[in-house]
Amino acid sequence: MNVTLLLFLIVVGITLGITAWAARRSGTTVQFWAAGRGIKGWQNGLAIAGDYMSAASFLGIAGLIAFNGYDGFMYSVGWLVAYLTVLFLIAEPMRNTGKYTMADVLAYRMSPVPVRSAAAVSTIAVSASYMMAQMIGAGSLVKILIPTLDTQLKPYFSWAFLGTKLDPSIAVVGALMMVYVIAGGMVATTWVQIVKAVLLMGGAILLSFLVLLHFNFNLGSFFGKIASVKDAKTGLNFMEPGILYTYGKSSIWGIDKALIENISLGMALILGTAGLPHILMRFFTVSNGKAARGSVVWAMGLIGSFYIMTTFLGFGAATLIGKAHICSTGTTCKAPNSNLAAPRLAEYLGNSFFGTGGGEFLLAFIAAVAFATILAVVAGLTLAASSAFSHDFYVNVIRRGVAHADVSEREQVLVARITAGIVGLASIWLASRAGATTNAAALVAGLAFVIASAANLPAILFTLFWKRFNKWGAVAGLLGGTIMSVWLYAIGPGFSLPAPAHPAFPLSNVGIVSIPFGFLCAIVFTYIGELAKADKLAEVKFHEIDVRALTGIGAEPAPAPA
Amino acid sequence: MASEHVHGAAVPAKAPPAEAVADVESWAGLEETQEFKELVRARWRFVIPATVFFLVYYFMLPLLNGLATGFMRTNVIGDVNVAYLFALSQFFMAWLLAWFYVRRATRVFDPLAQRVRERARSVIGRTPPA
Repeated sequence: MNVTLLLFLIVVGITLGITAWAARRSGTTVQFWAAGRGIKGWQNGLAIAGDYMSAASFLGIAGLIAFNGYDGFMYSVGWLVAYLTVLFLIAEPMRNTGKYTMADVLAYRMSPVPVRSAAAVSTIAVSASYMMAQMIGAGSLVKILIPTLDTQLKPYFSWAFLGTKLDPSIAVVGALMMVYVIAGGMVATTWVQIVKAVLLMGGAILLSFLVLLHFNFNLGSFFGKIASVKDAKTGLNFMEPGILYTYGKSSIWGIDKALIENISLGMALILGTAGLPHILMRFFTVSNGKAARGSVVWAMGLIGSFYIMTTFLGFGAATLIGKAHICSTGTTCKAPNSNLAAPRLAEYLGNSFFGTGGGEFLLAFIAAVAFATILAVVAGLTLAASSAFSHDFYVNVIRRGVAHADVSEREQVLVARITAGIVGLASIWLASRAGATTNAAALVAGLAFVIASAANLPAILFTLFWKRFNKWGAVAGLLGGTIMSVWLYAIGPGFSLPAPAHPAFPLSNVGIVSIPFGFLCAIVFTYIGELAKADKLAEVKFHEIDVRALTGIGAEPAPAPA
Repeated sequence: MASEHVHGAAVPAKAPPAEAVADVESWAGLEETQEFKELVRARWRFVIPATVFFLVYYFMLPLLNGLATGFMRTNVIGDVNVAYLFALSQFFMAWLLAWFYVRRATRVFDPLAQRVRERARSVIGRTPPA
């Protein structure tokens, strides 16, 4: 057995072990959705980091920097600064007023049926686009990093399901994530994310250390080497801005296009994090608001350190290997694969420091880390999407809202497990179907973060802090923000590969239009609703949510110590 | 107080109207207390300027990269230029603001929230969870 497959099986073994242990702790709704609210602040901080730092950020950012130098760093900066929004405005109030999902907070003030339905739509839109990107990325990564797995499984996947042949690599990732979530709920998901965060930090520290060791810890010569790498097209050196965002080339609405794209991307990164359902959900797993605050601080420490290290990985790959040699197979190729910057760097460093076997081992280790990274993120996403289906839509809209029924704990957890299974199967099928025709890496930043900031963020902020806000504004903001983002993205240049020459909307980062539109919808329809005198309850209930959000009075209780 | 069923076994879908009114009256009453008003003021006094600051500081980076590209490419130490140092400084800005927030929260917001909770005990008539 080769070392890659061995490390891969160790990751699978550890995570399944966690799931078996967690399965006995996920029988009630509060255990299944919120890990019994027994996760400690620092543990939740690690889990948030594990939930957040996807393969797109580990392999993707390292690749962007390795191929484009400085401009790739822009994503890293936005992804950390975004947590200030979460810390100042979201984490503690969410924990103090919510139960399991974002919609719980909204439905606290506003009539539950329309608001929960709209929130379920936006939650599923965010999670689905995020999930697709992760699954497609996972499929191609597993194929390259652990080729034996894909070829061994291929014969078992010769049949088609609804006209699409399932991709074996995607199916393996999907099957594992379904096992974690269905059997172990939030407890298993949390610990898978914690293990992954530790592995990922370990991998990044190891590689950064070896890169710096290569330069004898002489930062001057490291940066000197980076500045000597030149971009073929622009002639700029890799420390200079302007390679990915080619400033001064073309303009839109009388403003530099590259500048607008960059600002638009920044808006989605900064505001989107505070509206990601799978991140928001994590705040319900801790005992109180203070622990939620602590967990954001832990997460910021980890995420910030990690993204600073991505520069060492990306610049390391650019200087030590070079873009032309970062290939799926062989050492020089016409179409280098940016996702492989970190794995190829690991191979190079292993070879140069520990001989031939060292390269193979480090490559295998980084492949296993990338695999764990994908698993932890998709598990969090599955949980968030299935909570929208089962807790928000099935339990609270269909059964309680429409049928006025009493829903037992047993039924709720059963439905939660079933929807997690459906979400898992649907995403395996969709990812297999979309395959390589979709620009997977751009999907996360281009769509998931934009919907989160255009639809979810205005709804959450106004629910917590705006007295006049009502169900009209909430539904309009959630649906308007979602629809506008998806529509602009679909007609823009970011959606398909190769990019169309004359797209109907000029920008691939659509946030600069759709985020203000989402906020505007929420505000305008609140006033329209007021004219219709539709939702008096929302204003009355504001007094309660106002006091609860800031003081934690009446918050969902933490478990008594066992 | 272990489970969420502490206020009755099955939570009804719609609370009885009389109880709802009584509840709302006391929440609104709490909102009007000096302690709560002070907490709200203290929070916004920190959060608004801090948010404005980090948004301006963050968006300065893409703006300067696009509008003052030449300046951003100026080397400061060896081959390390303004653009890289400014991007790196964003991380320390975020950590520093987070630290300021936590310090302010533990010193000012938490004691104020505690006072509101104590007040609530007398208004609502039961001990609210910490």
